[in-house]
Amino acid sequence: MSVSSGITGKQTGAVSRPFLARLDQWWLLALPVFLFLAVFFLYPTSIILLRTFTEFDAPQSGGLDNLAWFLGGEANRTILFRTILVAAVSTILTSLIAFPYAYLMTVVSARTRTVMLGAVLISMFFGILLRNFSWVVMLQYQGSLNDVLVALGLNRIRFLGTMPAVLMGMTHILFPFMLLPLYAVLRGIDRRLVLAAQSLGATPSRAFWQVYVPLSTPGFVAGSMLVFVLALGFFVTPALLGSQQQSLLSQLMFTQFDKTAAFGRAGAMALVLMIAATVFVVLGNAISRTSRAYEAS
Amino acid sequence: MTSPTLKAAEVEFIGVSKRYGFGPIAIDKLDLTVRPGEFLTLLGPSGSGKTTALNLLAGFQMPTSGQILIDGADISALPAYKRNIGVVFQHYALFPHMTVRENVGYPLKQRRVAKDELRRRVDEALRMVAIEAFADRLPRQLSGGQQQRVAVARAFVFQPRLLLMDEPLGALDRKLRESVQLELKRIHRELGVTVVFVTHDQEEALVMSDRVAVFDAGKIQQVGTASELYDAPLTKFVAQFLGESNCWVGDVTHQSSDRSTVSGPGWTVKGTRIEQTPSSGRAAVVVRPERCSLVARGDAPAGWNEIPGLIRDIVYLGSLRKVVIDLEAGGTAVVSSRPETEFPLNRAVSVAFPISSARTLPAAE
Ligand SMILES: Nc1ncnc2c1ncn2[C@@H]1O[C@H](COP(=O)(O)OP(=O)(O)O)[C@@H](O)[C@H]1O
Ligand SMILES: [Mg+2]
Repeated sequence: MSVSSGITGKQTGAVSRPFLARLDQWWLLALPVFLFLAVFFLYPTSIILLRTFTEFDAPQSGGLDNLAWFLGGEANRTILFRTILVAAVSTILTSLIAFPYAYLMTVVSARTRTVMLGAVLISMFFGILLRNFSWVVMLQYQGSLNDVLVALGLNRIRFLGTMPAVLMGMTHILFPFMLLPLYAVLRGIDRRLVLAAQSLGATPSRAFWQVYVPLSTPGFVAGSMLVFVLALGFFVTPALLGSQQQSLLSQLMFTQFDKTAAFGRAGAMALVLMIAATVFVVLGNAISRTSRAYEAS
Repeated sequence: MTSPTLKAAEVEFIGVSKRYGFGPIAIDKLDLTVRPGEFLTLLGPSGSGKTTALNLLAGFQMPTSGQILIDGADISALPAYKRNIGVVFQHYALFPHMTVRENVGYPLKQRRVAKDELRRRVDEALRMVAIEAFADRLPRQLSGGQQQRVAVARAFVFQPRLLLMDEPLGALDRKLRESVQLELKRIHRELGVTVVFVTHDQEEALVMSDRVAVFDAGKIQQVGTASELYDAPLTKFVAQFLGESNCWVGDVTHQSSDRSTVSGPGWTVKGTRIEQTPSSGRAAVVVRPERCSLVARGDAPAGWNEIPGLIRDIVYLGSLRKVVIDLEAGGTAVVSSRPETEFPLNRAVSVAFPISSARTLPAAE
């Protein structure tokens, strides 16, 4: 939106400029990116989605059969529902942890802030596989978390292969995607507004909830969109920390894709996931259109 | 109409000091009384501790030592939200996610004022600052001057007995500033509250205030009305910060009950002696440019001070002109006068002024 208004602004001021200059430079810069996206993203995605309606494994034979197969199966629907639930819980957990962390980052010294940010980014550099394996080490029956439980006089718990284990891993891996947009927004909130609210008679906690929290909405929305959409497609973490009995949609998709080579069915699932993600993003956009916090900056 | 004392608080700072962490002291043993209903301005250069003084009063900071009383009661233990003091912040601090009406209604909502009553009082406050047409806009849709009015309305809508304003006009352009100054004076008159106003602009302080407290480096230099500060400064800092002053620092060579003589290399000046004038050692002599005359050498009236120099520069300022003189004894002096006699540049002249116009003051730190 801001980009297009930028162009019209420039064009009105440059009526007599030659065509190439009027065709603003950013087009030229963006062209390779568009090409890249078209070749490596748009094309394969369309092929997969297309196969939903063109490739069938018996008993499916045509039309919307693949979608009907997926949505018609009780087990499939359970998995879809579970996937959305896990994505939602991951979003809530990451925001609950990221908010105090991001808030702390806005009040500490620049040096401490760098350390706090570094701690998060460095763990990102280790790669998703290693981070998941570290959770396996932590959560296994003879692992460190169980050692702590024993030291506290409790019994060992089988974490691996359970939903809580999957959620722990996903929350950890998705945390930075919530933290970074949230911190970017919190950093811009003028904390004198909270003092102003107090001078007007609000207790510190009311001032915080009525002024600070509403102004942080854009950060929550941006972070939630990232985390939720990423969580919908998570594969490695549920595969390593979860169980086949409690699989998520990407695992089911992988089975259809890899073991059965039922590309049409996998495509149907991809389509459903894409719709779920789109719905969520549209929802986020609707919030950002109605929330006045967006007008703050 | 209720009596002004019911609407207005009395404020006393008693030996209040504030130090941030281990840094230098921001406020140093401040003693100050603000009378009920008074418009008092804290005036001083940037970093002199004005905002700190306001923050202590508003409850955003705690004094390191000393006491702050409102109507005789120590408020140290009261958190900011219980002090019932209206604050207008330097950058307005309007809530960006609330409309003008919601901003102004905020303090009433905190006090659980009933809906109808709240609406009525918000409307009244908006009318007082002439901003009712913008009631449903968000702050960012307003100009700086309009935001400033909203901030003022929000600060007085809950009928506090004390209003604090920290450089509220700093962000406005000059013309707008002058009209808002008059408007704030009017609001002060209509509300009858006590106002503590902060500015670094001496002209603004003189225009608006009943009394001005001049700050420098965390200390009050002098408290008084505009004319007291201008005509009878107690320190060299006050003489130079308010308006323009010619100032010479030398040694006290002679003194009588009401006069001191101060001399430096090549000059001697007699001036009024005040209580604070040192009886020996270093002292400053100050005299306003408009109290000085330019005369031909040796032509000063009997009993006047006379300091010789050369005319370096003449600046015309409408009806007045300002003449800059390079003194023979070193340094410069400024004389402002009506252009009656013409003096060409580089003419050898004397700066002359009556003894009663010069004041001898402590030479300062
Ligand atoms: N929050 C703070 N922490 C540390 N030092 C501060 C703080 N606020 C002000 N100071 C210091 O206290 C002194 C007075 O500041 P301030 O009251 O803001 O002055 P003014 O409002 O007159 O410009 C300055 O030296 C300033 O650097
Ligand atoms: Mg200040």
